[in-house]
Amino acid sequence: MRIDRKAFRMAEGGTLEVLRDVAFALPARSFTCLIGPSGCGKTTTLRILLGLDRDFSGHVDPRLATARIAAVFQEPRLLPWRTVEENIRLALPEALVEAPLAPILDAVGLAEAARSYPAELSLGMARRAALARAFAVEPEVLALDEPFVSLDEATAGRLRELLLELWRARPTTVLMVTHNLREAVALSERILILGGRPAGIMGDVEVPPHLAAGGTAGVEAFLADLAGRFPGLVGP
Amino acid sequence: MARSAGPSASEKLAVRLASIASILVVWWVASLFVGSRLCPAPPAVLDFMVRETLSGELPRHLLITLGRVAAAFVISMVVGSALGLAMGRSARINALAEGWVILLLNAPALIIIVLAYVWIGLTEAAAITAVALNKIPNVAVTVREGARALDPGLTEVARVFRFSPMKELRHVVVPQLMPYLAASARSGLALIWKIVLIVELLGRSNGVGFQISLYFQSFDVRAILGYTLAFVAVMLAIEYLLVQPVERRAYRWRPQAA
Repeated sequence: MRIDRKAFRMAEGGTLEVLRDVAFALPARSFTCLIGPSGCGKTTTLRILLGLDRDFSGHVDPRLATARIAAVFQEPRLLPWRTVEENIRLALPEALVEAPLAPILDAVGLAEAARSYPAELSLGMARRAALARAFAVEPEVLALDEPFVSLDEATAGRLRELLLELWRARPTTVLMVTHNLREAVALSERILILGGRPAGIMGDVEVPPHLAAGGTAGVEAFLADLAGRFPGLVGP
Repeated sequence: MARSAGPSASEKLAVRLASIASILVVWWVASLFVGSRLCPAPPAVLDFMVRETLSGELPRHLLITLGRVAAAFVISMVVGSALGLAMGRSARINALAEGWVILLLNAPALIIIVLAYVWIGLTEAAAITAVALNKIPNVAVTVREGARALDPGLTEVARVFRFSPMKELRHVVVPQLMPYLAASARSGLALIWKIVLIVELLGRSNGVGFQISLYFQSFDVRAILGYTLAFVAVMLAIEYLLVQPVERRAYRWRPQAA
């Protein structure tokens, strides 16, 4: 177990309270999705988890501050003045600094583009580079903030497959933020539903194991059931 | 795309040469009207430069001045960048340093030079301090704007992946500050060599500024123009052979360099 329990209450912008009584634990090596309507505070939750936002009241497991973490943001956020390879190598911790990058570059299909600068990549390639950077550091906790947003459905689908492959090859604790329920069901073992204003955890749903394992039978029924229990959730 | 890329390299070179040639033409015509005593023609000045170079006088004074320019330049870029970066990132440091920066920014160069000589003495250290003090606030103000424009998204990447402060400075911060550093380096070089000449004129017994003051006393315009031209040639060489190649290398990641 890397993280026992986190609870935080926070107010942003002085008076606007975005999150209230959001508490959850992430079991080690589990894949959890955080889902909710846009603007409900999903990204804020993730930023608190990553230690990027300290202006809140509450508690985050102190082990997170020392654990090896990695993140994939909504934008690829690569350093434009460094090549793909340099971007990945710069993110590596001391212990891994000499590690060969060829396997991870091969895995994301960027072996050819290793010496390209980010400006020369398509958005899909840049997102793959960001994924490679996150996995290359062999994180104990991996945070993903809508990593496939604004990609066409075919590319997003391929990247989801890639994410699952990388995660199966090297399971780590994942928290992924999304507003796409279908995506959440396809990827994760557990879905946390965030909603309300100020937002709180409205549901904590285990994804049936065969769906989490990539099965498709009964997806529609499961989605329909969730949509019935949490109206306003299901996106396209 | 090919058309919007602008003139080719050879076209650009031709325009540059034409621009320099036009200066020579205006100079030559002016010398015909004013007379060779007040405005000697280009060949006379060239002749003076060759003689002074062969006697070793011109290179000696030129090197001394260049040494002062280099020292003042390095000091003001390092101190000014550090100060500007700190001011851009911390509101408290900004509030603390702003008064000093505004004071130095607006103090006339002459006053700073005179006070430096009076307080420190007529020494090399005083000369270089005076020049650096004139330039540091300009660098600080420019770099401060750059520090305020840093992309918070990339800073967060550095935090999540636990970059050390040196690693963040080198790979995240400095590349973003490059345009601001280049702008202050370029305007810095121009400002510094002008001030170095005044500093030499007021309190040094060698260097281009001292020579010019010497020839000013005998109204030797030919010598004054000769020294000026030699110095301008050196500064042009620095711009084309040093500043621009460094810039091109720093910006090689950009999709299409101009």
